[in-house]
Amino acid sequence: MTDTKGQGRLLDAQGVTKRFGAVVALKDANLTIDRGEIVALVGANGAGKSTFVKILTGALKADTGHVWIRGQERRVGSPAEARRSGLVPVYQEPSLIPDLDVADNLQLGGTPVEAFQHWVAELGIVGLRLDDMIGHLPLATLRILDLARALASEPDVLLLDEMTAALPTDLVERVLKTVRAQADKGQAVIYISHRFAEIAEICDRVTVLRDGLTVGDLPIEPGVEEKVVELMLGAALGEGPAQATATMATDRADTRLRVKNLAAAPKLADVSLELRRGEVLGVVALEGQGQDELFDVLAGMARPTGGTVELDGKAVSFSHPADAIEAGMTFVPGNRADGLLMERSVRENLALPLLARPGNWGAIRMREEARKVDDAVDRMQIDRRAMGEVQRLSGGNQQKVTIGRWLASGVDILLLFDPTRGIDVRTKRQIYLLVRELAEQGASVLYYTSELAEVPAACDRAAVIFNGRLVDVIEAANADEQTLMRAAYGLTGAEAVPA
Amino acid sequence: MTSTTEQTPPLRRIARFLGDNPMIPLVVLLLVLVGLLEFMRPGIVNERWVGNTIKFAIPLAMLAACQTLTMLTGGIDLSASVAATITAFVMATQVPIVGVPLAILIGLIPAVLIGLANGFGVAVCRVHPLIMTLGTGLIGTGCLQVYQRFVIATGSVVPDGLAWLGTGRTWDAPNSLLLFVPFAALIVWGQRRTGFGRLLYALGSNEKAARISGVRSWQVFLALYVLSGLIAGVAGLLYVGLIKAPSLSLVNPLLLPSIAAAVIGGTSIFGGRGGYGGTILGALILTVLGTLLTLLQMPEGARRILFGAIILAVTTVYIRLTDQS
Repeated sequence: MTDTKGQGRLLDAQGVTKRFGAVVALKDANLTIDRGEIVALVGANGAGKSTFVKILTGALKADTGHVWIRGQERRVGSPAEARRSGLVPVYQEPSLIPDLDVADNLQLGGTPVEAFQHWVAELGIVGLRLDDMIGHLPLATLRILDLARALASEPDVLLLDEMTAALPTDLVERVLKTVRAQADKGQAVIYISHRFAEIAEICDRVTVLRDGLTVGDLPIEPGVEEKVVELMLGAALGEGPAQATATMATDRADTRLRVKNLAAAPKLADVSLELRRGEVLGVVALEGQGQDELFDVLAGMARPTGGTVELDGKAVSFSHPADAIEAGMTFVPGNRADGLLMERSVRENLALPLLARPGNWGAIRMREEARKVDDAVDRMQIDRRAMGEVQRLSGGNQQKVTIGRWLASGVDILLLFDPTRGIDVRTKRQIYLLVRELAEQGASVLYYTSELAEVPAACDRAAVIFNGRLVDVIEAANADEQTLMRAAYGLTGAEAVPA
Repeated sequence: MTSTTEQTPPLRRIARFLGDNPMIPLVVLLLVLVGLLEFMRPGIVNERWVGNTIKFAIPLAMLAACQTLTMLTGGIDLSASVAATITAFVMATQVPIVGVPLAILIGLIPAVLIGLANGFGVAVCRVHPLIMTLGTGLIGTGCLQVYQRFVIATGSVVPDGLAWLGTGRTWDAPNSLLLFVPFAALIVWGQRRTGFGRLLYALGSNEKAARISGVRSWQVFLALYVLSGLIAGVAGLLYVGLIKAPSLSLVNPLLLPSIAAAVIGGTSIFGGRGGYGGTILGALILTVLGTLLTLLQMPEGARRILFGAIILAVTTVYIRLTDQS
């Protein structure tokens, strides 16, 4: 109980490791924080940030390593335990129950109402009533309520995960001011954000995670952004582009898809793009910058709130994915589970689009279908040993099925949302090659990726989106990771090149 | 213990095998029940008994087709028994007025209308099928009661053709097989080899994936519930030919067994898994089980308790056996 290590620190996490099967998510993660400090925790996708956060908040148990709070080592892993020891998180997804009103939600968490109302007013929400139903309030308000609730419980350490995402500018200002003021009164805050401007404004230190390691702990000072970007990229910085296969399709090509000032609630604000024939246009963005909405709108999954989409010079508007498919735009969703019939066969999954229209509801021409399916299986090199149920396939093979589906029915414009997420290197290569091949045959591909190294390997150009807006379009030849990373963090926002 | 850690444990191998051949345990169960029956009453199992069992299992299996098809999409059709009853009742009361062929057509109209209403509610308004079909079933029953007041004087006639089909035999085989065999073949073929059948599985398995692939689910749901109403109507015609006494609650006792038949037959109520072949076996199993329990000299209450308990046990074991993969 009276372990002396880490004493003096309010929270001290040392040497935290975590494996998921063969995957090492955290190798050696460290974080310390004192009273009155705001520490930013940053890392690129896959650096282990969310695993680390889950361990700190008790949602996951570390394999090895120690977490001391107020000098006492914490061994147990439960969110309730973490709360009792004074660490209160505010996550991106508001943890309020939509079917209850505000008062009931407060009662559930045992939050003192008066303190809550004080913080709500402090944070700039006016006219909130305790009998408002949570489900009827806008997302921005809910995030503020979540924060107010956390503040009202007077935590020792407040953990804010992308607190300012989805907030309008005036609320962002209030939140930053309030959090800084709390820190000045002695509160400790762990601040997770993609926004360097905010980090520079309110944080004292920044802790950088890369590949499961804490690679840096820097004080905030002018120019720290550059150092942080370097630390996040690490060794990768020295390497050239992985594979410069991208051909300059740009000169011979005509524009297929033209997106103008597209906006879609809640996160896509203003994006204009041009996708040319035979081109692979990469989309680069940090998580939640509006790329999900962009793809949903183009795929007919969601309606835009502003802007236009033109296909071959004609304005188009999709009310259902079937409209988009009719127009030649096919979508591979980011979450494989969204795109697959898990308990059905590879064949049924691949042939699904062929049967969608009522004209094709009759007898299936089994031979023709078998031929198309075989073609797609060959071309995608899908593992033939487990064709009976897609859920028995590996992740990489499952992803091949979601893409192969559109090969079986013909590819014109392909919308790939992070197709290589969580799959093995060999399959990744196959997917790059396939994408290049499709482009050479005249298809156009819009390719969102969360791995910057993929851009030079698979794309001709890359469009960078930050905070719902297009900030830059970079030729693949110049798209080394540092340039992309800087752009993705909005660091070149001022001199954005329009598409 | 040490040897099983290296390779797939035998229990899991059996489970995998049964998962790939889900009909085998059902056939075994059916044979066991028949054997039990023969053991309790030696000599009972003869050609006549087999014919009778099939005769009573067929209307149940047809009604269970409505449940199977809707369940494949994650739905259910609680109005199927009402649609069947209405068709049978309206047909029988119209025969004296308009003659047999037209009476059958008129009888099928309300069944299709119920299906259309279900389809509209489920597909367009996105009402849960359980609620939607419960509602249309109640409305249908009410309408039938009103209708009965208008035709109270005309009386009812069950056409000879339907009675022949429902109860008749040719060389000891029930005539209803003439309707049922092509019907079952069509459903089993249709669920695997037509676009519509595949889409039922697709919608039950993952509606979002179907949407991304361009399936407009409302079209499928609408067609499905209309089809379900139509099948229920035909099942009603066959059943009234068997019972020969149309009433306002004619087919209602078959509703819950029709759901049980589909579930015992391996169709998942959550959608995406199962098929009509298992349902047919399920209907046979339930019919044999009914005979078996009738033979046990037990009070009605105890018999029902046992019936319910057996259905629960069979379903649980069956799902455990076949579902883990």
